[in-house]
Amino acid sequence: MTDLTRATAAHLSELLAKGDVSSREVTQASLDRIAAVDGEIHAFLQVSADSALESADAVDAARAAGETLAPLAGVPIAVKDALATRGIPTTSGAKILEGWVPPYDATVVERLKAAGMPILGKTNLDEFAMGSSTEHSAYGPTRNPWDTNVIPGGSGGGSAAAVAAFEAPLAIGSDTGGSIRQPAAVTGTVGIKPTYGGVSRYGLIALASSLDQIGPVSRTVLDAALLHEVIAGHDPRDSTSLNQPVPDIVAAAKRADLNGVRIGIVKELGGDGFDPGVRARFDEAVALVTAAGADVVEVSCPSFVHALAAYYLVLPSEASSNLAKFDAMRFGLRQGPEDVSAPSAEEVMASTRDAGFGDEVKRRLILGTYALSSGYYDAYYGSAQKVRTLIAQDFDRVFADVDVLMSPTAPTPAWPLGAKLDDPMAMYLQDIATIPANLAGIPGISVPAGLTDGLPVGVQFLAPAMADDRLYNAGAALERLLAQQWGGYLIEQAPELEVAR
Amino acid sequence: MTESSQITRQEVAHVANLARIQLTDAELDHLRSDLAAILEHVKVVQSVVDADTPAMSHPVPVTNVFREDVATPGLTAEEALAGAPESEEQRFLVPRILGED
Repeated sequence: MTDLTRATAAHLSELLAKGDVSSREVTQASLDRIAAVDGEIHAFLQVSADSALESADAVDAARAAGETLAPLAGVPIAVKDALATRGIPTTSGAKILEGWVPPYDATVVERLKAAGMPILGKTNLDEFAMGSSTEHSAYGPTRNPWDTNVIPGGSGGGSAAAVAAFEAPLAIGSDTGGSIRQPAAVTGTVGIKPTYGGVSRYGLIALASSLDQIGPVSRTVLDAALLHEVIAGHDPRDSTSLNQPVPDIVAAAKRADLNGVRIGIVKELGGDGFDPGVRARFDEAVALVTAAGADVVEVSCPSFVHALAAYYLVLPSEASSNLAKFDAMRFGLRQGPEDVSAPSAEEVMASTRDAGFGDEVKRRLILGTYALSSGYYDAYYGSAQKVRTLIAQDFDRVFADVDVLMSPTAPTPAWPLGAKLDDPMAMYLQDIATIPANLAGIPGISVPAGLTDGLPVGVQFLAPAMADDRLYNAGAALERLLAQQWGGYLIEQAPELEVAR
Repeated sequence: MTESSQITRQEVAHVANLARIQLTDAELDHLRSDLAAILEHVKVVQSVVDADTPAMSHPVPVTNVFREDVATPGLTAEEALAGAPESEEQRFLVPRILGED
């Protein structure tokens, strides 16, 4: 019989529709796999086994009763712990939110439930999604299933690792500067940052509101498209949500045809700063898409070299405002100063925020507060907003001539745990190729491109706003070409994990 | 004003106070050197734009997004207070907010 944990979501959807398996069997298989390997991987902060099995039984009963169900009904999913889940603790990887149980669901979570998808649990992340390795979680790091001594990327290392370790067929991530795409690249999985406004952020614990976007995490491009279709679309509860039709991404993922597609290779997203193994896999991917009929040209986006600088002003500035809500008054930790009798609310707030925030969060909040403070606002935050305009103009210019852009997703494969923890700038440089899309609000996908020294490398495609379908077409085409070479998906080459008994 | 990326310990302490984070002396020292390194990298934004470059606060230009003013069920007081560190009489209970003098 099929190993249900290794099946794609698309295949599970067929098996469930035909009645060959029940959602309870599929969900239980994922829960058993989590029990067997998550002690080592630590992708999950919470496993919601009981409610997942209840949802599975409800879907099975509805199917038995002949109800019309959504395509992914009964397929279980893991959700990044940055999204509010009613009745399931939600921490965003932060000690300051330890034990918080949201009284409401994020819109995306509501849509997963409405589609009949059992929620397996909540996945680990860098505290408040600030990081590129998941080592900044207050609850300990997640490990990469390809090699448990290396990081799984971040901030969404938990969602990527859960999918890569076959603990879940699908997961939800959020991407502010690469937090879906870079973990996908370093774990040999697929991750998409949709167009800004394409998926509601209501109920997402905000990091930087002009950059944040929720998106799908999966093992195949088609699976991501099926999930994207479930979560996309207008939501009146998110004022930035686009009231436009969602492109036909599932059809695009099935089309997978590069013939005549114009692809731009961005000169600034490659070269010396990129690991030779990453560049080698990227060059091979370019040769493959060229042979498949794509029209490949080099393009230049000169402002991209300043994207990282602009991002590390915009993000901390917005985060310093968003995280002001953690004030020890209405939810979360309250820890007063011990040496003050009858401390004021302000003293309790300052003491709580020192005790409840980790080093990276403090670093960014102080930086953001500085960039927004009187006398520095125009020079830092104001200038960064202008650089954003230049980056968006670069994209507009090149998208007049090409359909999609192509680059490596991340400059390096995964690195050993701890290796970059004492050097914030080295960590920030991980996001160099993913950040421009967030600054401009355009969509991006990372698909596996092969291995270097046994660790996965990802290739990124970028498309104009609301042209997410182009990512699915190009991504699925490259995936298919590579699968033909390898005789299967890259993830099938991942080493077997030790199973706890 | 921002020609150099020097940031003093006193400035970090001031900003930490604005951000309502009570930092220890060791944290202040560590953050000062981290911030100096980061500012050294990000200050380039000042030299690549000019007064004529428009600022972009948001990827999608939207203004005045309203929805219909329809009453929908909200949280009960108990649900809203369930995560509070302390509550009393269906209200958030907070430390004193005024000075003692």
